Amino acid sequence: MDLWTIIIISIIKILFVVTITLLTVSYLVYFERKISAWVQDRIGPNRVGWYGLLQPFADVFKLFLKEDIVPDASIKSIHTLAPIITLFVAFSTYAVLPWGPPVNIFGYEIPLVLADVNSGILIVLALTSLGVYGITFSGWASGSKYSLLGGVRSSAQMISYEISMGFSVAGVLLISESLRPAAIIESQSGWMWNAFIQPIGFITFLVSAFAETNRLPFDLPEAEPELVGGYHTEYSSMKFAAFFLAEYANMIISSGLIVTLYLGGWQVPYIETFGLSSGWVTMMQIGAFFFKVGAVLFFFIWVRWSIPRFKYNQLMNLGWKVMFPLALVNLVWVAILVMLLN
Amino acid sequence: MTLEIILFILFALIGAASGVLMITRKNPVMSALFLILNFAALAGVYLLLNAQFIAVVQIIVYAGAIMVLFLFVIMLLRPDAEISILRTNPLLKYVAIGVGVLVFAQLIYLIFFFKPLNITPSDVAERIQIGTVENIGTEIYTKYIIPVQVAGFLLLSATIGALVLAKKKFE
Repeated sequence: MDLWTIIIISIIKILFVVTITLLTVSYLVYFERKISAWVQDRIGPNRVGWYGLLQPFADVFKLFLKEDIVPDASIKSIHTLAPIITLFVAFSTYAVLPWGPPVNIFGYEIPLVLADVNSGILIVLALTSLGVYGITFSGWASGSKYSLLGGVRSSAQMISYEISMGFSVAGVLLISESLRPAAIIESQSGWMWNAFIQPIGFITFLVSAFAETNRLPFDLPEAEPELVGGYHTEYSSMKFAAFFLAEYANMIISSGLIVTLYLGGWQVPYIETFGLSSGWVTMMQIGAFFFKVGAVLFFFIWVRWSIPRFKYNQLMNLGWKVMFPLALVNLVWVAILVMLLN
Repeated sequence: MTLEIILFILFALIGAASGVLMITRKNPVMSALFLILNFAALAGVYLLLNAQFIAVVQIIVYAGAIMVLFLFVIMLLRPDAEISILRTNPLLKYVAIGVGVLVFAQLIYLIFFFKPLNITPSDVAERIQIGTVENIGTEIYTKYIIPVQVAGFLLLSATIGALVLAKKKFE
């Protein structure tokens, strides 16, 4: 494969990933509202388009037409930089997640991932750890005490849960013996999904993912009653939309990570025994990845509308005194398992 | 010019510029922001040196964890308190200048007079592999296991010390 083919294929893949992500994000907002309505026995958005299907575009258009207000007390440059950091972190993480097996098109073997890097999982962790800055800076640069409190709270929360997240991932790495997402998926063939082998690690990772994405029951950074909206209180128009978009993009990336690390990625158990042609197998595997991600996303929304918000001390207690020791127990369990089976 | 050299010049320029901007800003939060940018540029340079693991850890540990701690301290303390410390104790300024000159001299020595150890393998394929997580892990947990354990105990004792100090304050 010469250089130009690689560049063209990469550009096509980037366009595909960005388009899919943006569409999923906008429709995720729609489904969030529909599912919340369903949970609370309401109708939900149904005015714009057929069953309200054009609602996301109406929302974005509305935000686009709003005035962009920058408070006098704010530090202008950082106030603008913060949503950019948040969006950058949310979108760049997709580069290392594979959404299907390598496919053969016109004689080229194309891996269905933007960057098949050796230390892929570490890169995801590095980028999510940078996500703290978007929130901290937006809270600080707004020049408002509610924003600052929201920002500080949020960064403390994200740092605390990053630890149990890292230790849960270590359990997965012990089994796959590699940091490459593709190798992690391959190590979970059949029903050997990590969610079944190490259920404790799965739960700690899931809870940490909720805390990292600032979703209910851990959405303290934007607790409306005491913080008037948290770190993005002083944002309006498209800058607010950037935070909104990033939250949902983070949700998708967390779901993708959960599927990759614990639910077998794009694998369909024992699909080779069904006797299908290779094209069908590939299609079904790509479909399986998106189906699994969709199921986890539904779980995210379902939890949001079922469980009330934690108090701040409960959140910290849960993070440090329950999730962190559980993640360590999981690590020891997987180490024993690997030693016995090898 | 190869891609490697272009990237090196890019990262080096960003690193140097952000370093200068960091020490000339009046606002400590802005300084912290440029220090993060500096760390990111440094991670890029590490990548060019085939040290992938160190590059990622640089981002996770320095840019992701330590700088967040710095930012917390800066945001929660009054930044003008430091200026008054300098005013009440002018000797500190000279100590700072002395340390700065010392570090600078060290750097000059390293850059111009020190011969680098020639431990990188001549084979290109081997050189690319040298910085991977697998290789570093194997080296650390076989050849350098005792230093790693000693460092681990040091960190553990530091953690316990911090806990004891914090607990005393609350009682």
